[in-house]
Amino acid sequence: MIKLNSVAKAYGRSARALDDVSLHVAKGEMVFLTGASGAGKTTVLRLVHMQTKPTQGEVRVSRFSSSRIRRRELPELRRRVGFVFQDFRLLENLTAAENVAFALECTGTPRAKAGPRVQKLLAQVGLAARARSYPRELSGGEQQRVAIARALATEPLVLLADEPTGNLDERASSGVFDLFRRINASGTTLVMATHDAELIRRNPDVRVIELENGAVVFDSATAAP
Amino acid sequence: MRSVREAVAGFGRAPLLGGLSIGSIAVSLFIVGLFAVAGHNVDRALSGVESRVEVVAYVRDAVDEELVGLAVAEIEAYPEVDEVTYVSKVEALYRASQELTEFSDVFSDLEVNPLPASLVVQLADGSRTPDAAERVAERIEGYDFVEEVRYGREWVDRLYRLRRVVGGGALLLGGSFAIGAVLLIGIAVRMAILARRREIAIMKTVGATEAYIRRPFLVEGLLTGLLGGLLAALLTYGAYRIVDRTLLPLEWVPEWWVVVGLVFAALLGMAAATRAVRRELKRIDVY
Repeated sequence: MIKLNSVAKAYGRSARALDDVSLHVAKGEMVFLTGASGAGKTTVLRLVHMQTKPTQGEVRVSRFSSSRIRRRELPELRRRVGFVFQDFRLLENLTAAENVAFALECTGTPRAKAGPRVQKLLAQVGLAARARSYPRELSGGEQQRVAIARALATEPLVLLADEPTGNLDERASSGVFDLFRRINASGTTLVMATHDAELIRRNPDVRVIELENGAVVFDSATAAP
Repeated sequence: MRSVREAVAGFGRAPLLGGLSIGSIAVSLFIVGLFAVAGHNVDRALSGVESRVEVVAYVRDAVDEELVGLAVAEIEAYPEVDEVTYVSKVEALYRASQELTEFSDVFSDLEVNPLPASLVVQLADGSRTPDAAERVAERIEGYDFVEEVRYGREWVDRLYRLRRVVGGGALLLGGSFAIGAVLLIGIAVRMAILARRREIAIMKTVGATEAYIRRPFLVEGLLTGLLGGLLAALLTYGAYRIVDRTLLPLEWVPEWWVVVGLVFAALLGMAAATRAVRRELKRIDVY
């Protein structure tokens, strides 16, 4: 589903964010992407979401390739690859339901169909009762759930999450993580960047890829047991 | 519908800038409009003058009238010529005393008739232009008995020059204001994009198409242009009415000119927005 072939990424002339990274994430897999700040986790996610192109090498996601994709194909890719941010990025002037509906509307779902879909998505993340609440009226965990519902609106094959629990307390974190588990169980490939060692330790069945200074230094899928 | 709604909301967010944009388009097209009214009326004056363009050839004294008669027939055969009238010395004096009554004493005291005989050449339809008049005049000058040929060339030339100046002035002034308008609309659209940065970033994240993201801003540009154009049309009409009533009678421009002006204004607004959107949207990253 996701393949990085000898990918290097440099920002500007000197700063090298990634150096010769190769990895493969299979369809339906769940992966922790870990490492210290600045190790290159976010860069990997940005490359997979094709917000930026690799300086060297190739990124493949489903049938899309970073070296061949055209600008006008990006929207199609983005609908297949959902993205969840650490800081939720909800629109403050819209309710939870409207935030989710926004994603549906701007990807071409007719209004009449959007309503029931929104209800279903909010129910899926356990927020059916908070549909009319504005982000400021929701807890951090609830806001992140709205953001996840929004990311799921386009029925993506892959869900990328960049430190999704970084701003949440422990209880909210585990709630959001359980939600990710369920989403993954339903077949969605899930890549979650995190530096929460405790979370990784508590979930030994999830594959861990560790980055350090822009290189893969550990991959539980290839490491000897 | 969403685009129109959001474009209107865009105006609401920055009414001053929106107003300035509309105003600058209105001013640029108002200038063009004034020149258009002026040009249209000069055109009308010109066609009035053109119908009166005639070539007058003054005939030397003591010329064989038979010779002149033959020449008249020849000249009448020119394709540019409609009719040739021979005005004799006596007739010229008579006409002068009739037309210039204040000098009637002078005329009656004359012992020698100082006025020459002349051939008055009326040009045919479609040949009442300075060029045709000049061609005819040059050919007539070739006759030995012709002393001098006049055809009001300077006046006609001056009118034509005035018309060119009017047209050029309209383009230059209107054009520079139009550039200003394009820049202002660009700023307005850029501000509108900036105000909606977060929404646009989310649209890009979830996979909205470029066209979907752009559309409201293009509609905003189009509406700005159209409103500016309408305002310009109203201002021009107002100015026309004032001049028409107080200074000199004018004729309003053909309606289709107004329609062309409005379409042009709308397109100008949209083009300005397109330019700004293309630049600005690239700068908004998802992350």
